[in-house]
Amino acid sequence: MKNKSIKTLKFLGLGFIEPLIRLISGEEPKKNTQLFIKKSLLPLSSIFLFVLIWHLGSAALYNSEAEVRIEKARSEQGEAAAIAMAECIASGDVSCQPNTLPSPTKVWGAFQALLDDHNTISQKKSDFKDKVAATNAQREAQGLDPITYTGRPSFVDQIGTSLKTVAAGCLLAMLIAVPIGIIIGLSESLRTSFNWLIQIFKPVSPVVWLLLVFMVVKTLITDPSLDKSFIISFISVGLCAMWATLVNTSMGVSTVDKDYINVARVLKLNVGQNIFKIILPASFPLIFTGLRITVSVAWMVLIAIELLAQSPGLGSFVWEEFQNGANDSNAKIIVAMFVIGAIGFMLDRIMLSVQNVMTFNKAAA
Amino acid sequence: MALLELNNISKSFGVGSTRNEVLSDINLSVEEGEFVAIVGFSGSGKSTLINLINGLLFPDEGEVLLNGKKIVGPGPDRGVIFQNYSLLPWLSVYSNVKLAVDEVFSHLTRKEKEEHIRKYIDMVNLTPAIDKKPDELSGGMRQRVSVARALAMNPEILLMDEPLSALDALTRGSLQEEIIKIWSQDKKTAILITNDVDEGIIMADRIIPLTPGPRATLGPEFKVPFARPRDVTEMNRDYTYKRLRNNILEYLMDVGASRKQVSDQKYILPDIKPVMPGRIIFGKKRKEEAVKYF
Repeated sequence: MKNKSIKTLKFLGLGFIEPLIRLISGEEPKKNTQLFIKKSLLPLSSIFLFVLIWHLGSAALYNSEAEVRIEKARSEQGEAAAIAMAECIASGDVSCQPNTLPSPTKVWGAFQALLDDHNTISQKKSDFKDKVAATNAQREAQGLDPITYTGRPSFVDQIGTSLKTVAAGCLLAMLIAVPIGIIIGLSESLRTSFNWLIQIFKPVSPVVWLLLVFMVVKTLITDPSLDKSFIISFISVGLCAMWATLVNTSMGVSTVDKDYINVARVLKLNVGQNIFKIILPASFPLIFTGLRITVSVAWMVLIAIELLAQSPGLGSFVWEEFQNGANDSNAKIIVAMFVIGAIGFMLDRIMLSVQNVMTFNKAAA
Repeated sequence: MALLELNNISKSFGVGSTRNEVLSDINLSVEEGEFVAIVGFSGSGKSTLINLINGLLFPDEGEVLLNGKKIVGPGPDRGVIFQNYSLLPWLSVYSNVKLAVDEVFSHLTRKEKEEHIRKYIDMVNLTPAIDKKPDELSGGMRQRVSVARALAMNPEILLMDEPLSALDALTRGSLQEEIIKIWSQDKKTAILITNDVDEGIIMADRIIPLTPGPRATLGPEFKVPFARPRDVTEMNRDYTYKRLRNNILEYLMDVGASRKQVSDQKYILPDIKPVMPGRIIFGKKRKEEAVKYF
């Protein structure tokens, strides 16, 4: 039971919990305490230190911004206005709060506010659904589209949309890059002929890809019922992120160990068997490394692309909050930052686990 | 007619000043059911010779005939056991053998194939490790998988390219016996390439030394007079064994020495002084070996 759960945890990339489990079961207490401190407490303390510095820094920024405001009131409107401003800031009134880096407590508050907001919106959604259930049944009977909730999406909904966009983008990247990578990996002349194109397109910024995709999609898709902004953003994400997989796949395929090729030749495997039984499995490690890079790149460029494509998601959430300028907007942006970071980390862990399952131990071949 | 014939084979690599003539004027004929060992120093072109027979390489001059037909490429009629095992690390023992069986016995039903695979895995005593991956096996076990894979193809001729030289002495000895035991079951024609004269004497009917390269060629053959099954400890005490071994070694040493005398030129070294480098020059990258897939 214990060993099994440790194995599962390791597989999930949560290997740092292992010493704690062993410690609880009373196995080598001294060694496991040390390991627990090293693997869990040290990272936690570094996070604690980070929050502390953040807290102190934001307090200092808050004070200096407040000072500037009071000073400004004094020079423009006189002493009485300065005192009024100082009182106003101290009272915590929304109208005169210094607008600067929010403190950790404020960010935590904003996080909870976002969750509350999500709960309200889901409540509204289900209420709406109940309310229109009868009407929708009627409309369906008449062959009409059902009425759907068109209110503002919550933060959690936006995370979902972003994940959907990344998943679609990565799938697109995989479907394009892996087959092309295999084909150019197999032939040296194809590799050299496409190399310059790949090298030129690889460093192109996500924003430019978005504009390019926009030009094409705008012309191709005229049906208004399709979600154009989603299509544009996921294609751009895919195009930005696919290069790592393309390059890694072609490299993996072109550098398959000569021994394996000799085996294939001695067994007289045909082209298809050669590719699917020898070349592909042999290049899996590199292909999966490429896919892992692709996923992390996709998640990184997603925010910029959503921001510009006006596709609902974390990117547009950040942009709207920035434009919004409400007193808790800054805190919400920071919440989004942490959520983006945490999801990126999780995606990477998932890809690592998939990679570990799919690949062989090269060292002992 | 001999099963395998090599007529006036020569093979060189490179062009112009870098041209290196590895093999020249090789003549060999192997009868059906014979176990021939080719012994030579490392670097003498032994692996090139075996690759010419298995069809991974083609001779510049001369021809390789199997059953009177010219060899045009690799094929499952020649089972190869590579020095570095060449197992596919993502496949289990069973699947590694299956890959070969699927290819050669595509007409069999699934059940017959499975029986066939299990039979050969059992032959090399790997049934307990049948579902293991190569990285979970020791070197000797991996080479036994390689043996099972080569034999399961039911080849007309078994080519072994220094199959045991990556193993330790103990594993080597037991695997020698095991290969001989398996071989004696159906007496396949076999060619063993080795750098170990004792290994050749223990395993083969006939030993042919390969002179050191460049321009390596086959020397006079030495018949191994011992009856099978051979007892290694018994043989070790035998006077004929010692004499045979010394003869072969002496021959190899002699041609090696004469080779050295031939190339005993005087080289005049240029008179140069070391200077501090003005800028760092990076070493030229070794040109990547082109890999051909089909």
